[in-house]
Amino acid sequence: MSTPLGKDLLGLEHLSAEQITLILDTAEPLREISERAIKKVPTLRGATVVNLFFEASTRTRISFEFAEKRLSADTVNVATAASSVTKGETLVDTAKNLEAMKIDMVVIRHASSGAAQFLAERIESNVINAGDGMHEHPTQGLLDLLTLRRRFGSLKGRRVCIVGDVLHSRVARSNIWGLTKLGAEVAVCGPRSLLPPAIGEFGVQVFDRVEQAIEWADALNVLRLQLERMTAGYIPSLREYNRVFGISRERLDRAPREIVIMHPGPINRGVELDSEVADGPHSVILDQVTNGVAVRMAVLYLLAGNAPALAEAAKGGDR
Amino acid sequence: MATAPTTVLNARALERTVARMADEIVERADGTDSLVLVGIQRRGVQLADRVARVIAEREGASVPRGALDITLYRDDLQTVGPRPIVGKTEIPCDIDGMTVCIVDDVLYTGRTIRAALDELADFGRPARIMLAVLVDRGGRELPIHADVVGRVIDVPRGGRVDVCVTELDGRDEVTMVIAGEGT
Repeated sequence: MSTPLGKDLLGLEHLSAEQITLILDTAEPLREISERAIKKVPTLRGATVVNLFFEASTRTRISFEFAEKRLSADTVNVATAASSVTKGETLVDTAKNLEAMKIDMVVIRHASSGAAQFLAERIESNVINAGDGMHEHPTQGLLDLLTLRRRFGSLKGRRVCIVGDVLHSRVARSNIWGLTKLGAEVAVCGPRSLLPPAIGEFGVQVFDRVEQAIEWADALNVLRLQLERMTAGYIPSLREYNRVFGISRERLDRAPREIVIMHPGPINRGVELDSEVADGPHSVILDQVTNGVAVRMAVLYLLAGNAPALAEAAKGGDR
Repeated sequence: MATAPTTVLNARALERTVARMADEIVERADGTDSLVLVGIQRRGVQLADRVARVIAEREGASVPRGALDITLYRDDLQTVGPRPIVGKTEIPCDIDGMTVCIVDDVLYTGRTIRAALDELADFGRPARIMLAVLVDRGGRELPIHADVVGRVIDVPRGGRVDVCVTELDGRDEVTMVIAGEGT
């Protein structure tokens, strides 16, 4: 049986506005489960989800794990350092071996763009992309959309500017696809060295000065400087970056309207975002984290219809 | 061929039935002091609202009213259709030690009520749980029995009972369709 999302969630680029809206609509009531004394529903009882993290992650992995456990799935965490990858095993071999142990879903994070799709084409289990290289981070994009939709009611006509290291950011790509599909206007702002050369092809505005972005936007999605990916000198210094592109309270005070501040985390405090802003009234950063669990529950739930073992178990169900 | 829809309850009959159910619920709950009404999404919620209104008029008491969406507790995830919409669950108060009356429109296999009981248990430990349904159409697959029933109709498997409420459907009516040969 095909699910409303297909077999896998690999990115937002190829999802329709209707599919994205379905995920957000599903996530909305799922938020309530995390408020309960018993934060658990039996929906994915009997399903096994493997979190295959080939790259460091704290909040995404934990968020997925919470989502899986709140839906009663059995979860297994595999981190590269503790896996046979260190012995030279390929990604496909790792996944095929896991699949031979009768798993239903794989959540994968990988440093290579396209790794999630590569895997999805080779295994039967549902694959969820938890971030692949500089390509996409669809669940982060979805939780950003949910956070903004909850704040504004609708994204249609809202102006969102993505500020910072857009070049290395998979979050930026997922945001651009998702926001534009739901009718928002999108811009990017950052040093030219940290914007993709073909940024014009994304159909977004480009601001060279953060003051212009602040004047234009309803919301700023401030990205982390991905220092670990910067092999060349993209910026003169962190101090210089903060002086020119950092979001400070003084800069926000000059905004013509109330601006929502988002950040996918982890924050380099005092670099892309001052602490006063990160912890201030404009910030919805912790709402993003809360919404992340609900969005991931929604994705797991919507993909579960295609889990082979669950489909077998559900045969004969009659209401 | 299926038969043409037969009206089981028209608007006035439905109103009278709900009023009688409200009286019976209060009677079985020994008053309204610890009573909580919880409607099952979707039409159970409207029916619970109406029961609460009748109780307010007749008893002068405001009974807490909640909503239960059992989608995530269903035992047939793979058959929920191409747009499996999850509804809202709202439990209005602490249900420990309370008498919770689950309200639903149609009682059929009993699987929805089984799911509702599971979900309620995640919210607390009521002193007692009652079940009130507008229509009991038979065909049980689980040992579930309603305490308060608006109307009992024997509908063969394959037949259908449709409950319409003004809030969602623009009219109040209960109809029945009996499946014939070839359906």
